[in-house]
Order: sequence, then structure tokens, then C-alpha cells
Amino acid sequence: MQTQPSNQLEAPENLTAGGGSLQPDTIARGVFLVAALAVVGTLFWMAFVVARDAMPAISKFGLGFLVNSTWDPVVEEFGGLTFVFGTIASSAIAMLLAVPVGLGIAIFLTEDFLPEWILTPIAFMVELLAAIPSVVYGLWGIFVMIPIVRAVETFLNQTLGWIQIGGKSIFGVPYGPGLLTAGVLLAIMILPTIASISRDVLKAIPRSLRNGSLALGATRWETIFRVLLPAASSGVVGACILGLGRALGETMAVTMVIGNTPQIDTSIFAPAYTIAALLANEFAEANTAVHIGALFFAALLLFVITLLVNIVAELIVRRVSLERN
Amino acid sequence: MQTNKWTRRAFVATAALASLASPLLTQIAHALTLSGAGATFPAPLYEKWFFEYNKKNPDVKINYQSIGSGGGINQITNKTVDFGASDAAMNDEQLAKVGGSSKMLMLPMTAGAVAIAYNLPGVKSGLRLTRVVLTDIYLGKVTKWNDPVIASVNRDVKLPDLPIAVVRRSDSSGTTFIFTNHLSAIKSSDWSEKVGKGTSVNWPTGIGGKGNQGVAAQVQQTPGAIGYVEYAFAAENNLSVAAVENREGKFVLPTVKSTEAALEGTKYPENFRVFIEDPDGASSYPIVGLTWLLVYKEGNDKAKAAELKKFITWALTEGQQYVEPLKYTPIPPAVAKNVIKAAEQLK
Repeated sequence: MQTQPSNQLEAPENLTAGGGSLQPDTIARGVFLVAALAVVGTLFWMAFVVARDAMPAISKFGLGFLVNSTWDPVVEEFGGLTFVFGTIASSAIAMLLAVPVGLGIAIFLTEDFLPEWILTPIAFMVELLAAIPSVVYGLWGIFVMIPIVRAVETFLNQTLGWIQIGGKSIFGVPYGPGLLTAGVLLAIMILPTIASISRDVLKAIPRSLRNGSLALGATRWETIFRVLLPAASSGVVGACILGLGRALGETMAVTMVIGNTPQIDTSIFAPAYTIAALLANEFAEANTAVHIGALFFAALLLFVITLLVNIVAELIVRRVSLERN
Repeated sequence: MQTNKWTRRAFVATAALASLASPLLTQIAHALTLSGAGATFPAPLYEKWFFEYNKKNPDVKINYQSIGSGGGINQITNKTVDFGASDAAMNDEQLAKVGGSSKMLMLPMTAGAVAIAYNLPGVKSGLRLTRVVLTDIYLGKVTKWNDPVIASVNRDVKLPDLPIAVVRRSDSSGTTFIFTNHLSAIKSSDWSEKVGKGTSVNWPTGIGGKGNQGVAAQVQQTPGAIGYVEYAFAAENNLSVAAVENREGKFVLPTVKSTEAALEGTKYPENFRVFIEDPDGASSYPIVGLTWLLVYKEGNDKAKAAELKKFITWALTEGQQYVEPLKYTPIPPAVAKNVIKAAEQLK
């Protein structure tokens, strides 16, 4: 069967339905259905297991877990506030840094600033960043990034250390490992996701749109910010959300550079702790039901945070595409 | 149709792959394999032992996963491994889960020390720390290196005016247990009320590094840092380590000798579960601990039980030659004899 190129206006009649019951297509459809259901099933199963194993902690601490900032395995008092804070704060720093840079890369790679034969290798290398294992990022973070970050922190502490919230400096003691370090490392890690997906989205914008804008007398700047980016907005938001998802759940690299201290400090240099890092650190040795339960409770919180982020993103994407229509 | 062809091809390819994979799966050797899991602290020594033992007995292979003491206890409790390993033995609650202390053998295999590593510009060696100062540093009470309480015992060391950057393990660890166990035993400090002991505790201060490497990297990079690491690890990486004041008021560096001295005065109960919180003896290094193998006394697979017995006997006799080169401390020969005798009960 020959098919015409896809820009046909009329939808072709459904040719894949077939007649007999044992058509390969029917089998394939079944296989795909099972595959799709398996993913959904696994998700629910995981949520169920996590919730079930969290029960000892849920029944002991209840919602108080969310506002308690103590984590003391010795006396078995557990609270998740500091970890939720660390998770959100480190991801927020990462997004703050990675979104502008990632978008910048994407725009640069889709505009004809440089010839294609230079742009393609650059795009390839950006994508290569995504293939580096996170433990390598972590080691690089400890041995290369932390000394640099510490020098920057020391400088900021000396020059801007007087900026305070509630009597405590925002640019406090420069430790090296801490919230800012984790945020910067996460930004580097999610950069390829944001940059390469945004680039694909920008590339997919019909050429006529850009040409039309330029023909109407818009500058390149206006074309990028008033025409191309709004047209690509839902895809760009999607790219950012994928990046944020990775940042929220990243474990190994963050564990190695965040300093692993359950606290909420005004200083962005202070060590902090994320939920994923907590699980990586304490799961192997936890052996009382309450301790394990508390870890699962924290995992459940991470689940909820990621879910909320995805729902919000979905709403944004819908809102944006509605506005345009 | 195109889809048709591709689906068919995909099916054929999958089937071909599956038929290729199955003979590989059946090729696993039929030799006896023992599996164990647990403490990371003795893992380098255990791996050396298993390797050498396998060289001598090629039909026996021992797999060890160093997943941490807690994990080792969980796995032996659920009987998913043939033996567990732990730096904190098993407490009564954990023993109750396996049916009481009579069901489980806890065999001390080796001992080790926890070293206090530091990074002070210009001070490569010679730092001395009193018991109280060490706890006060980790409690966050002493925060400057030139604090008089440190300076008073370090007259020949030029202490810089640097803040103390406290580094500790972030992952739960037997090393943390040995360290906090010692700090809790110091009567003149309020460590045991404020923090307590455990494989992970609620630290009043400091930065958490993951694993010995994490702590060591942090200490090496941060001027003014102090951190605790396994002695074997500190020695291999040439970290500067402090002499720590022991119970008799002497300052002792961690070495195999000073750890042996600490073991000497220890009385072993019948189940060998003894934590050396604060050893006697003028030449004893104060922060030391044992590490145990955990095996069920009865109900093991016959062949496996026999092999485990053989291995334990070998490790505590011939295998002792590998202990010191790896900077672990052999358990005293008299105790080793009793451990071998206890292992005889294994069925």
C-alpha cells in the first residue's frame, strides 16, 4: 500500500483495522496495549508499595511530618520539612540558571548565526552532556566545581555578605558544598534536556512564520521574542518541565555536593539536603520500621511534588495553546 | 503493508535474541557459591579473603555485597543471603526477629580504628585532641582552631585562626556507629544526651560527605576541616590524622599496634557481642570497633554450612596474613580460637 506524504488534508480511511481476528495488526495492537497498561500499572504499583511501607511513619507522625524539621534516627523522631525545602530550593536554583542558558543555546542553534556545519557538532556536544553518568558529575563537582564555587562564595561573602534576612546573611559562610553548589551542578545536568528539546521545537516552526515576520519589517530580535518563542512556548515549557523533573529526582550527584545537612538556612551557601539524597544515604542501613517508614514517607512526598509539578506544567501548556487558538 | 512487515521483523528479531540468550544463561558454573552482604567497613579485607580463598579452593566462590551493616542484618534476617556482616553486631530487638540470640552466631572477624583526619595549612602532623575537645568540636561548641582549649595541648603546633569545618558521614555507616559510640562513652561530655549513638545520628553541626571518599575529599579540600574516616582509608590516602586522648589521658595515634592494644583489655561475652566504647590501657587508641559475620546456627544448607566453617577457620588462621597489610587489626589469637570453636556449631 502506497501512502501519500502526510500533508494530505483529508484523513485516509482506517486501513489498519483489518478483517480477520488474527491479523498481525491485531496482535500488535494487543502488545502495545499491554505495554501501555504495564507502564501505568507499574506507576500505580510503585505508589501503592511506597504508601504501604510508609504507613508506620504516616500513622505515627501524620501531617506533622510535613512541618517538622527534626530528623533524628537515634530517638526516632522524623520530619520532612528540611528535605522538601532542599529539594525545591536546589531545583529552583537549577531552573533559574538552566532555563535562560538552555533557551539561549536553543535559539543560537536554530538561528543562522553560524553555518550549519559548525552548529550541528555544537548541538551534538550539548546532547552529549546528557549521556554523562551522574556519579561522574558528582565527582567532577567535588574535585573541580567545589573549589571554584568556594572561591566565588568567598568573594560574594566578603562583598555582599551584609545582605540579610532576619539578621542572618544570604551570602553566609562559604562552605563549598551546599545549596548553591548543588543548584549549579543540577543546572549543568538539566541543560542538555532543556536546550536540545527547545532546539527541536524551534526548528519545527514553519519557515513561513519567520519569513512572514521579517517581511512585515520586524527585526530579528522581535521575530525571536514576539513570534518564534510564543509559537514554540508549549514545547519549551515541556522541555523545562522535563528538566525540572530530572532536577527534583537527581540523587547521586546532588548527594555528593549538597553537604547533606537537614536544615533550612537563610544562606544559599549553607549545606542542605534533598529527599533523593536522604534516600540514597540512609536506606541501606535503616532497620527499624519507623525509620524505613519515614524514608518511604519522604519518597511519597517526592512523588507528590513531582506530580504537582507535572500537573501545573500541563495546565500551563494547555492555557498557552488555548490562548493562541 | 509496511507496518505488517515491520511487526513481523520485530517478532523474528525478538525470537532470535531470546534463543541466543538462553544457552548463555545455562552456562553458569555449577561450583558452590556462598553469598553474603553487609558492612562496608571490612569490605576490602573480606574481598581479599574471598579472592585468596577462591584461589585455593577453585570450586568455592563467595560473593559479597558491601551494602552496609543495616542491609546485611536485613538480608540475613530475611534469609536472602548465606551470611550477613555488621559493624554493630545485632541488637536484642534484631535478634528477637530471628528467634532469639541462640539462633544466630555473631563471629568477630577483624577490628579497625576510626581516624580523625584534619586539614590545617602548615600542620602536617602532630595535632592532639583531648576527648572533650573532640566531642565539643562535633557538638559545635568549639568552632575555631586557635581556641585556647585546643591550643593548650598543642603548644608546639602553630594553630591558624581558621573556623573548624566539621565533616561527617552522611550515609548511615558502621564507622559512624564506632565514632558516636565512643563519644557517647565520654562521661564528661553531654554527647550521649544531646546526640547519642547509631549508624546515623542527628548531627548538631557540619557537612555530610558520602562514604569515606566523600569525607576524605571534603577534608582534603577545605582548609580547617576535620573529619572521621576508617583508619585503613586514612592511611592509604596519606591523610593527616590527629592523636586522640584515651581514657588514661595519653595521646595516641591510630595504628594497627595501638588498636591491638585497645583490643587487649576487652572481655568477650559468650556471643562475642562487645562494643569497645572506651578501651583501657595507656597505649590504646580510643576509637576502635569489631566487625562481625552473622550466620544462622542451624538450618543452613549442609554443603554451604561445611564450607562456611572451613572458610571461617581459614580466615582466622592462614588468612590472618592479609589483615595487617590492609591496615586492619587482627583479633587476638586466643579470641580467634574461641571464634573458630563457636563456628563449629554451624549446621
